[in-house]
Amino acid sequence: MDRRKFIKTAGMTALGASVLPFLKFSSATAAPSGSAVVVIGQTINSLDIHRKGTNRPSYQIAVNCYDRLLSFGTKKMDDGSLSYDYSKLEADLAESWETTADGKSIIFKLRENAVFSDGSPVTANDVKWSLDRAVSLGGFPAVQMKAGSLIKPEQFVVINEKTFQIDLIRPSKLTLPDLAVPVPMIINSKVAKANSTTDDPWATEYLHRNPAGSGAYKVARWDPGQQLVYERNDKWTSGSLPGVKRVVVREVPSGATRRALIERGDVDISFGVSDKDARELSGRDDLSVVSTPIENCIYCLCPNLSFTPFKDKLVRQAVAFALPYEEIFKLAAYGQGVPMWGASDNSPKDTSWPQPFPYANNIEKAQELLSRTDYKKGFEVPLSINLGLSSWMEPTALLIQEGLAKIGIKATIEKIPGANWRTAALVEKKLPLHLENFGGWLNYPDYYFFWAYIKGHLFNSSNYDNPEVKQLVDETLHMEINDPVYSDKVKRLIKIAFDDVPRIPLWQPTLNSVMSQDLSGYEYWFHRQLDARKYNKGKG
Amino acid sequence: MMYPQSRVGTVVRRLGQALPVLFGVILATFVLTRALPGDPAAFFAGPAADEKSIAEIRKALGLDRPLPEQFLVYLRDLSRGELGTSISTGQPVSEELIRRLPASLELTFLALLISMIIAVPLGILAAINPGKLIDHICRILTTAGVSLPTFFTGLGLVFIFYYILGWAPAPLGRLDFAYLPPPHVTGFYLIDGAFAAEWDTVYAALSQLMLPCVTLALFTLAPIARMTRASMIQVLSSDFIRTARAAGLTNYTVLIKYAFRNALLPLVTTLGMVFSFTLGANVLVEKVFAWPGIGSYAVEALVVADYAAVQGFVLSMAIIFLILNLIIDILYTFIDPRIELGN
Repeated sequence: MDRRKFIKTAGMTALGASVLPFLKFSSATAAPSGSAVVVIGQTINSLDIHRKGTNRPSYQIAVNCYDRLLSFGTKKMDDGSLSYDYSKLEADLAESWETTADGKSIIFKLRENAVFSDGSPVTANDVKWSLDRAVSLGGFPAVQMKAGSLIKPEQFVVINEKTFQIDLIRPSKLTLPDLAVPVPMIINSKVAKANSTTDDPWATEYLHRNPAGSGAYKVARWDPGQQLVYERNDKWTSGSLPGVKRVVVREVPSGATRRALIERGDVDISFGVSDKDARELSGRDDLSVVSTPIENCIYCLCPNLSFTPFKDKLVRQAVAFALPYEEIFKLAAYGQGVPMWGASDNSPKDTSWPQPFPYANNIEKAQELLSRTDYKKGFEVPLSINLGLSSWMEPTALLIQEGLAKIGIKATIEKIPGANWRTAALVEKKLPLHLENFGGWLNYPDYYFFWAYIKGHLFNSSNYDNPEVKQLVDETLHMEINDPVYSDKVKRLIKIAFDDVPRIPLWQPTLNSVMSQDLSGYEYWFHRQLDARKYNKGKG
Repeated sequence: MMYPQSRVGTVVRRLGQALPVLFGVILATFVLTRALPGDPAAFFAGPAADEKSIAEIRKALGLDRPLPEQFLVYLRDLSRGELGTSISTGQPVSEELIRRLPASLELTFLALLISMIIAVPLGILAAINPGKLIDHICRILTTAGVSLPTFFTGLGLVFIFYYILGWAPAPLGRLDFAYLPPPHVTGFYLIDGAFAAEWDTVYAALSQLMLPCVTLALFTLAPIARMTRASMIQVLSSDFIRTARAAGLTNYTVLIKYAFRNALLPLVTTLGMVFSFTLGANVLVEKVFAWPGIGSYAVEALVVADYAAVQGFVLSMAIIFLILNLIIDILYTFIDPRIELGN
């Protein structure tokens, strides 16, 4: 992009260079019209979600610069804020789709007018190349595709220019929603192929820096470690054009600085703020704070069954009754989120997930339960937390330590750096007692159970093993939710989780963002990353 | 007095002596990064990775090979000038260093300049008037300077000058987003902007530099002022100053020409140390001001066990240290003709 043009279009008038730097600085940071400035705390490390090592904040490129075959609808939350609607699958690049009579394939009809940002039409060949890439590069994309039973290129068939077919290895309710997550984005295969090499047939080096999609925005500029500038793709066909022409995403590591920036009104939105800031800024007239409970996500305390005392269900239940839930929620979450304790009934009423567990702070009950075990005198256990998430884990751990001390369990807090955490907690699963924050993108209870309650699966860091749970998950994972037996089976799963408590839920966290009143169109998505496609300024 | 030719010879000899040191640094960093707990493959495999995808990442990173082989591969890449790709930022390490090092250097240089302009006269004045008001001011400033953590000073300055008064620009890194960086020549925005005659960019860069520079200057002021004061007091009490005064030389000549020049040696040493320390250690200042510097890069890389980035950082810092020490040694010979290089 032309440097001069950028400055001009950014609406900057030259500042008098004669003014001394420390005298009143005229607000150059007030965003030029038609652009929005976003601050985030993390850094974007790639423009390609399929690349190895791409971090979560980078997923926003897949959202803003690419389209998928399908997308989700939008719903209004109780507080008036917007959220994507998991229950409503909508067309994106596909205009219609249907399952064949034999139930073995799904046929997608691509929209006639769909074009990539370079103007070339989106064809079934592009779709096939993109999905082939998602299942072939390995790593996280392959795992996510596999969740939708999409595992090999042979499943993806080009019928003609605008018709595409997916052959199913099994009918599954997860297949269609999995096509609407960020991973199966549709890439302009002509551009990608032109930039591929024999060593790099999937053009990972090129797409790492140059998105080639049909999405609402293009990347105008990327200064790694500093900023990313989106520019509207005026050829976008998958929705009404975004109201904001240019979105500048600035990376500001310090939370205090981000807060000063949004409070001063120099930026339009601070994306993903701490619970503390969200609580403290919520009363202000000039800012709006949106806190959305993160679907299918629970902050848990996990007693590890490979640690002998926790093999006993009663010990786990005693721990669950010894926790000071209210204080933890107030002090560690600043009251942001949904309580996951205090259900009155030992059986779930419905299949909603997450839902409160039938535990509450009750020391007598905890002592009574513990006295029926071999550990009536208590025991010592290290309580591990992830230093990378210390903002909520540290206060939580301190309060848990206090609670456990009351029933004679002596917990020593062990802080583990971020890089070691995954290995220790999730891969080796060797932490006797630890805090955990798994959330699933696909919003079904059975999907959560699949990852977190089955022996050997990544997020089952408690080493929980129950053949009945395994069987129930196998049965329900791909079953449609309107299947007559689905609801009973899921309720049974939840009932077992209530009773066995290999994971002790604390609360369901929220995603918080603070924005100026001027900005509208903020929408929560399960991927918890910036989606600027509906942003609008000045009409809020 | 040494001749310039022999200085050149000495510089070459010193650089030659540095090679084994550099190899030692390379080996030590390699071993130390590998000895760090934590598995980069597991970390970078992503939020829902299984054993298989972690193994794939490990293979892609070359971490499945034996350590000696990894080291040889690393040496081979180094000899081609490749520092590898940082997996956490997704960029080649050399590119990141070229982009980030000038950011840190610009900040550090300017901060040191500010702090010297204040600290050196302050130290001299305090030495001339020990126990007087100026000496107490010096003591208070230096004590405050070392005892206030930089992130605290930084946040405090942001709070006062940006948040309350609105005098300083938004702490958004090296340039406000309305500007584009000047064409890359040195990587120093002030210099590159001046080359391109983009004065508004120079101005914008300077305003962004102000608060972080003052923060760092407050911190580096202490050792410089203390060292100036101590070294001046020592020199002022020595015989040749008494002789000079007795000979009726003016106060200025005695203080600046004789005393200060002699007091410079320990000061230059301190400056070198403060510089190298500040360059790598101003992580907190970088965080507060969203400064894309080298310190935060190294810390982030270390946290996620990003081997290539850590190795590249240590190597470049080692080279900077070597050059810096060489410059200081050469400066010595200018300040004190009795000192010879290389012995």
